[in-house]
Amino acid sequence: MRRPLTLKDHHHEQRIFSVRLMVGVILVLLLTLVLFSRMIWLQIIEHNRYTTLSDNNRIQTQAVAPPRGLITDRDGVILAENRPDFSLEVVVEQAGDLEGLLGKLRKLVTLDDDDLDQFEKRRHSARRPWEPVPLRGRLTEEEIARIVVNQYRLPGVRIVADPIRHYTHGILFSHVLGYVNRINAQDLDDMSLDQQRNYAGTHFYGRSGVERFYEDRLHGQVGYRQVETNARGRILRVLDEQPPVPGRDLRLTLSMKVQQAAYDALGDRRGAVVAIDPRDSSVLAFVSRPGFDPNLFVTGISHKDYSAYREDHDKPLFNRALQGRYPPGSTIKPFMGIAGLDAGVTNWQRTIFDPGYYQLEDNPHRYRDWKRWGHGRVDLHKAIVQSCDTYFYDLGFHLGIDRIHQYLSEFSLGQPTGIDLNNESTGILPSKKWKKAARGRPWFHGDTINASIGQGFVLVTPLQLATATAILASHGKQITPTLAAGEVHHTERHDLVLKDADNWQKMTDAMVDVTETLHGTAQNMRNDQYRVAAKSGTAQVFSVGQDETYNEKEIADRLLDHALLIAFAPADDPAIAVGVLVENGRHGGSTAGPVAHQVMDAWLLNDKGELDVPPPLAGAPGADNNGKETP
Amino acid sequence: MSQREFLRQMPGHTGSTLNPGLASRLHLDAPLLTALLMLMLAGLTVLYSAGGESMELVWRQCLRFGAGLTVMLLVAQIPPRSYRFWAPFVYTGGLLLLVLVLVMGVEAKGAQRWLPIPGLGRFQPAEIMKLGVPAMVAWYFSERTLPPRLMDVVIALLLVGMPAMLIGLQPDLGTAILIAASGLVVLFMAGLSWRLIAIAIILVVTAAPLMYYFVLHDYQRNRVDTFLNPEADPRGAGWNIIQSKTAIGSGGVQGKGWLEGTQSRLDFLPESSTDFILAVLSEEFGLIGICVLLIMYLVIVGRGFFISWQAQETFARLLAASLTMTFFIYVFVNMGMVSGLLPVVGVPLPLVSYGGTSIVTLLASFGMLMSIHTHRRLISY
Repeated sequence: MRRPLTLKDHHHEQRIFSVRLMVGVILVLLLTLVLFSRMIWLQIIEHNRYTTLSDNNRIQTQAVAPPRGLITDRDGVILAENRPDFSLEVVVEQAGDLEGLLGKLRKLVTLDDDDLDQFEKRRHSARRPWEPVPLRGRLTEEEIARIVVNQYRLPGVRIVADPIRHYTHGILFSHVLGYVNRINAQDLDDMSLDQQRNYAGTHFYGRSGVERFYEDRLHGQVGYRQVETNARGRILRVLDEQPPVPGRDLRLTLSMKVQQAAYDALGDRRGAVVAIDPRDSSVLAFVSRPGFDPNLFVTGISHKDYSAYREDHDKPLFNRALQGRYPPGSTIKPFMGIAGLDAGVTNWQRTIFDPGYYQLEDNPHRYRDWKRWGHGRVDLHKAIVQSCDTYFYDLGFHLGIDRIHQYLSEFSLGQPTGIDLNNESTGILPSKKWKKAARGRPWFHGDTINASIGQGFVLVTPLQLATATAILASHGKQITPTLAAGEVHHTERHDLVLKDADNWQKMTDAMVDVTETLHGTAQNMRNDQYRVAAKSGTAQVFSVGQDETYNEKEIADRLLDHALLIAFAPADDPAIAVGVLVENGRHGGSTAGPVAHQVMDAWLLNDKGELDVPPPLAGAPGADNNGKETP
Repeated sequence: MSQREFLRQMPGHTGSTLNPGLASRLHLDAPLLTALLMLMLAGLTVLYSAGGESMELVWRQCLRFGAGLTVMLLVAQIPPRSYRFWAPFVYTGGLLLLVLVLVMGVEAKGAQRWLPIPGLGRFQPAEIMKLGVPAMVAWYFSERTLPPRLMDVVIALLLVGMPAMLIGLQPDLGTAILIAASGLVVLFMAGLSWRLIAIAIILVVTAAPLMYYFVLHDYQRNRVDTFLNPEADPRGAGWNIIQSKTAIGSGGVQGKGWLEGTQSRLDFLPESSTDFILAVLSEEFGLIGICVLLIMYLVIVGRGFFISWQAQETFARLLAASLTMTFFIYVFVNMGMVSGLLPVVGVPLPLVSYGGTSIVTLLASFGMLMSIHTHRRLISY
């Protein structure tokens, strides 16, 4: 093969090659040095940085949410608990064909547009790779079974159990317990840094009612867990753990039995009932109807359910007991009477003649009594029993609005009661100063006349009515209605000490006659087991919102008077004070009376229908002294 | 005195630590073989950890090593002049197969690299060219006087360019570049003038941006982008390189210990048993492990260069130098890529990474080196 030409200079070729080989060796050594320097850079100079990165990769500090405290009634009946909720999550990275997967899931569980919208939103928000995205909560057992059976063809789909709040009696306690729902960015923004840290693992936040007011106590202290995870986010082992401190359980003063009785007694009517034990300021029942299902709100209420509540003319989301403002009507009269007696404007002997109307001097306007022909000669006792308007027109006129304001404030009317709930409505207890400030107009005598029978500017909440009644029942001792057992709240109000303490008993006697005498306005409350002191009220509804559309029948219905009633029993040693409001219920005695009666029965009678007054809560303020001043 | 005995006494023949007689009889080079076996053993150790303590992976790798060593043994028996004789035929055949693969190849992962063999599965014709191209160019220059004239350089560039182009069309840019490099190394060793080398370097530097915009596929362009700025997409394209740098860096000097590397064992490091196995080694054995590995590679490369220096003919010299240099380029490209010095191109770490036909090809090339070294004659010229 070799041609002579190629044989030419082997030594020369070898020399060239040797030089090139040397260059090659040097090149190899240089490049090796480059690699070596690179490794020194990464492994020595940048070592700490990469160690941190590596640890951040694998070690995660997870906040562990504390279990929320349970809520019970006074007898330990569970009202709010934590139940495991099974929800569906998808690890998108594992799913592969996501559209196909959702299609398959759709055939197994119900997925509405809400679920899918939320899923899309969560899927595209910032998250670690392999972090599961929640798709649907509240799986039924059947749905869980269907998923599990088909698990093999559902890559990336998993079912997880999380404790969520459950209200065992649903709608019954809706307005007093309130509800929790998902904590949001706004909630966290409103917190201090410490609080934010404490909520690091928490998904739920008390939104209203007791859940909101006692959020701190129910929530507890966050725990921490340091875990090692792999790139798929699977926890491989726990490196360090500091367990959470569970939220404290909350025992309420509410009585399941009384609450249920109040709820049932109202029936389908719109209204509110608040019952207070004057001996220890316990709230025994707190009902506003219609109510709502708090369980719907916990994991996020659907648009459909929410708008159904919002658009309901009966306003089921509105807490009538706490925030509804109503003219008290004639239920204001016992308090007016106490004010008149103590101010010396009237006494039990003084009488007036009632021709069926009241007229101010040099003013032709006649303020009408509800009884067209009048009650004739009337003293305070008869004025309470028969609810004579004219007597109180006269009494109010002589008291003057500022003294009325002073006395009625001590009964917490038109004042915050200080109950352990947020967003309590104040109502309105008018005064000259108030009218000037609120309406920009001077006070007229006519305003006083209207206020004297609980109309005009006066607006109170059912809770205030019950509180005032409890104060009356405990002879002026201050009552701050309390929902949490063992909790003591204070308000700025002082005990009301009358110049003549006998007037308490005499007023009680008059109120007992409301239920026990022939002309009394609430005779239906009379019973054989215990004596009831009561006062009915009927409040005129003078306006309907102009922007609301009602059909004619409804207009007529909603213009009917509100029925009110206050009562306490047993009259000689009160253990329950009740305020009842029935919207458009027309007659206080006949509509609200039976409601109050059933509530009292539930508290005062045992299962056999015998009088068996439960003792006040141990340790509660005033539990040792049952709130009565010894005459 | 037999030829073999004489050879053993030759200066430069540094006997074997194993069994000089046996190794020589089998045409094996004991120092090279020892270094290779140690490297393989180290590779298996790392692989056991990278594969999640899976013995199955290790056994399959052992099987490949066994096949590779067998091929090496066979290749070593064939004297270099046979290679020289067969080089043009193998090259031409390989070129035809490369055309065939573009016409009727099997597609996998978006590239057409495989040729089905009925009853045997499939193989990559590019593997043949890893040996075919340097052999062909070495053959070409062994027929000419050196240093090469310009005409010879042009023809050599064509011999290198054609297969590289065909492989680049599959597209498999990494292999194309490496095969081109193996041919160009021959050109360099043959004494390509420094002036031409300088011109070539200038041309490459100016052509690189044009290549980027007009020649590269999108996925290749993405790889370059990712290389230039891995943090731009840390969860996507940049993930590999960030995680591998993290693995290496967190290893430190001493490493986290065998089977203790969190990056690979917790699945943060993708491709941990194949292309990115160096990151596992660095994480678990630290800078010390890297040094040991580099030394093993340098021993192999050094022995290769020694063999080529000792070779008696131009063909053998050029081929041995090219195969050795190519082996080092594999090492450099892989380590550079895993440590973030070079863009990610699919090049395994020789004899450590799990998988593929590349192990067999690689050991075949060492078989050639051994053949060159053990078939020397008393008088060469």
